[in-house]
Amino acid sequence: MSDALNIIKLTNEQIAWRAAQDIQEGAYVNLGIGFPEMVARFQPEGREAIFHTENGVLGFGETPPEGEEDWDLINAGKKAITLKPGAAFFNHADSFAMVRGGHLDVAILGAYQVAEDGDLANWSTGKGGIPAVGGAMDLVHGAKRVAVITDHVTKKGEPKLLKRCTMPLTGVGCVTRVYTSLAVVDIEGGHFVLREKLAAISFDDLQAATGAELHIEGDVTDLVVPQL
Amino acid sequence: MNKTIASLREAVAPIGDGATVMIGGFGGSGAPIELIHALIDAGPKNLTVINNNAGNGRVGLAALIEQGMVEKLICSFPRSADPKVFTDLYLAGKIELEIVPQGTLAERIRAGGAGIPAFYTPTSYGTELADGKPVAEFDGRPYVQERWLKADFALIKAELGDTLGNLTYRMAARNFNPLMAMAAAETVAQVSGIVPPGGIDPEHVITPGIFVNGVVEVPDPKQEEILNREGAVYP
Repeated sequence: MSDALNIIKLTNEQIAWRAAQDIQEGAYVNLGIGFPEMVARFQPEGREAIFHTENGVLGFGETPPEGEEDWDLINAGKKAITLKPGAAFFNHADSFAMVRGGHLDVAILGAYQVAEDGDLANWSTGKGGIPAVGGAMDLVHGAKRVAVITDHVTKKGEPKLLKRCTMPLTGVGCVTRVYTSLAVVDIEGGHFVLREKLAAISFDDLQAATGAELHIEGDVTDLVVPQL
Repeated sequence: MNKTIASLREAVAPIGDGATVMIGGFGGSGAPIELIHALIDAGPKNLTVINNNAGNGRVGLAALIEQGMVEKLICSFPRSADPKVFTDLYLAGKIELEIVPQGTLAERIRAGGAGIPAFYTPTSYGTELADGKPVAEFDGRPYVQERWLKADFALIKAELGDTLGNLTYRMAARNFNPLMAMAAAETVAQVSGIVPPGGIDPEHVITPGIFVNGVVEVPDPKQEEILNREGAVYP
């Protein structure tokens, strides 16, 4: 079953593309470090979002060419960035006032696990090592929409969408939408509501790859993404 | 009044064993590398250090940790491209770590500087980082009580300083620096240039001099990222 999923599932680029389609014109957006940063590459033509990074920049743009980095101008992942016209700098307390104060429209994060009640685990596997939380626990509170992008299952084929998270939580009841490699799922009223799925997977197979019940409320449309 | 300090050595001289020291910066951006290296030369022991990270490579904060001068680190994210120095000491049980969510860390420092002993935040509610902390409901939502953070000293990096301690910053190197300037009993800023009063337009002052005790000029400060790419090791 997981071999079959590996053939049909979306690439990370395609998951990021799908998430980018829901970012509205003029939205203030924070993208978590790593995989979520990819969402910025797939902004729809004609729509402009303003990207926020925790270390005090609004309105950053592309990565600079190698050799032209200014190391006073980095993002939360410590990578060099550039500025767009109209960018702004601010201190860390103001930056997180934007986060917790409800001023961001969307935060997009990665996940180890998401539960049907919106709980998120994405900072620690709970297996020892060095704990490191960064801004994740702040970002899940305050953004008007908290979305997750993730593979639908782990590398071992185990569900990442669950009844309850088993790993240490990042936040409680915070996720509103999950974009996976197989489907788009909303979290409403304490359960998963299926909105889109790949045409190549049956509902039963999708349910089998999901650790909690997928509810159907209204239409389920095909999850259609371009080759990227 | 003239807050100019003649040398980096004099700037860090008051920092003694067991002091709590806030060190500005986010990764290498805004990190006062030259002040940290002067502190390594001075050699106080058993420091508690507050920074967002735990150093990268073998310069700056990582070098301070490698010298065994840091007893406890309060930070949000002790991972980096090259976190070996901190990781080895932590796994050997030789350094204490307090993990604080990044926004909570910033607000605790701001609160320390603003005379607010505690505040409530939604961050970390229902997670293990809220264990043992008071929880209260406001308008139907649960919030976690967090306490202020203060320090004996803050070592920060700014761009321009005047002799009264007014500061400007350069791009994203601002980050924690203005907050730490407020929250320490003694704040020293390394700046790329010192100008006379009036040399900074009052409209452009980010940190007012009331929060700053000393400014020391480092005309061409090193960037941690560049030092690491060169394979630099301090001392």
